[in-house]
Amino acid sequence: MKLRLENLRKSFGDTLVLDDISLDVAEGQMVCLIGASGSGKSTILRCINLLEPLDDGAIWLDGQDIAAPALDPQPIRQRIGIVFQSFNLFPHMTAAENVMLAPRRVHGKSRDALLPEVSALFERFGLGDRMDHYPDQLSGGQQQRVAIVRALAMNPEIMLFDEITSALDPELVGEVLEVLTTLKREGMTMILATHEMDFAQSVADHVCFLDRGRIIEQGHPDKIFDAPTQPRTQDFLSRVLRRR
Amino acid sequence: MAGNQGGVTRRQEYEKRLRRRSLFVAASSTLAVLLAIVVLVPRAPGWERVQQSFFNAEVIAKTFPKLLNAFLLDVAIFAWSAPLIAVLGLAIALARDVRNPVLYPLRLFGIVYTDIFRGVPVVLVVYLIGFGIPGLGLPRPWNSPYIWGTLALVLTYAAYVAEIFRSGIESVHASQRNAALSLGLSGADAMRFVVLPQAIRRVIPAQMNMLIALQKDVALLSFIGPVEIFRQAGVFKSLLANFTPYVVAAAIFLVVTVPATRLADHLIAKQNRART
Ligand SMILES: Nc1ncnc2c1ncn2[C@@H]1O[C@H](COP(=O)(O)OP(=O)(O)OP(=O)(O)O)[C@@H](O)[C@H]1O
Ligand SMILES: [Mg+2]
Repeated sequence: MKLRLENLRKSFGDTLVLDDISLDVAEGQMVCLIGASGSGKSTILRCINLLEPLDDGAIWLDGQDIAAPALDPQPIRQRIGIVFQSFNLFPHMTAAENVMLAPRRVHGKSRDALLPEVSALFERFGLGDRMDHYPDQLSGGQQQRVAIVRALAMNPEIMLFDEITSALDPELVGEVLEVLTTLKREGMTMILATHEMDFAQSVADHVCFLDRGRIIEQGHPDKIFDAPTQPRTQDFLSRVLRRR
Repeated sequence: MAGNQGGVTRRQEYEKRLRRRSLFVAASSTLAVLLAIVVLVPRAPGWERVQQSFFNAEVIAKTFPKLLNAFLLDVAIFAWSAPLIAVLGLAIALARDVRNPVLYPLRLFGIVYTDIFRGVPVVLVVYLIGFGIPGLGLPRPWNSPYIWGTLALVLTYAAYVAEIFRSGIESVHASQRNAALSLGLSGADAMRFVVLPQAIRRVIPAQMNMLIALQKDVALLSFIGPVEIFRQAGVFKSLLANFTPYVVAAAIFLVVTVPATRLADHLIAKQNRART
């Protein structure tokens, strides 16, 4: 297994937000987390990226427990990319500077040395002419693609995506989902928190339905979407699928 | 299509008329008030005396060059204090933000420091440091009031400036820091390359107001020795038994501070517009 979550437990104050979460993600797999707002999808992703400390449980990355409390999170984060719903680009830097900052500081590479690699990334995601634009000069879809490029520039082994299309106008969602499809084709290991049910059903290898911090049903997307066994899953899906 | 000739809409036409009208009203009412002051004030019974001792043309002519010269000292003290204040203020702001427990004393120092220097009037700090330290009997040049007076200003202003920097740092949303950390940057790099540049940009207008206040407070050093403009005006006042030098000094300050204040206000307004 590339990544294994084992009995994750996490609370904020008195509220248990993750309750005994276990999940296996194989190399090159795309796993989608679905579930109602507040069910804990973002928290799982933030814990994997070590932005939130766990209360209990282990996260195995290539056999190493990265959730061990005394571990230095910095080298681990370099191996796991995350993209957020609200892009979180650095507004005072151009798109290219956003992308180059981490490789420059972490790997000590110069701008010139990075340029070929970075322009190739921009080119690949249709952003070749946007490298010198500031975030507020870009559309939402372009900003989100820059955020993806920024994470990819560190050559991560796993990518986490937290509802990356939720803040986008409907006509811009497609261009960002397309990027995910490309990455999947290239064999990237990915975990998505998403409300895009069509996308999850057609592209994901594995879907987890979360309810109040628990994975109450998981499996192949066809099984989850077409024949859910849990009443809560049926209820949630009937609500969101009716809406589309 | 009526009223849309030449690219000017009816609405624009109307607003233009309105603007012209309010400009006219404002100009005439201002003129009326000024006229009243110019005509009425000189009729007051004590005007002669006030004019003699506060707005004496002869005294102005005699003292202006020397006062201007003394003001250069204010400018010099300002010019070497301001960068020191910026550096020390930023250092204290960062010290108050350290998370590492080993460095907790640094954080404590930052808190105590800002509490003390924001709690004591500037004049008192100037007196205590400006008289106290040279009183130790230090050899030249270390007994200079310039050094210790400047230090007093630097220490006091750094406390305020640090608080402004800190408010700027706190105004940068945590998601920016998290985005930087998630890329594998260190906490220090996240602060230096992501949080600080945004924080500093946001507090520039507020810091400009501090600079203006500093420029005025340089006059406090007159209490401990340096013959800057306020002290020079005092010398002239005693010499000529006339208050006009103070008015001249005030006018010289205004020439510098009014444009600076306008600029700061302009920057603040621009920033508020950008945020909405
Ligand atoms: N920093 C925090 N402090 C306290 N409670 C938090 C914090 N972050 C999240 N929570 C709580 O944890 C629970 C799970 O939140 P989480 O953001 O993981 O949900 P989600 O499934 O991502 O929801 P959404 O679809 O709205 O993004 C929620 O009840 C939320 O209120
Ligand atoms: Mg979420």
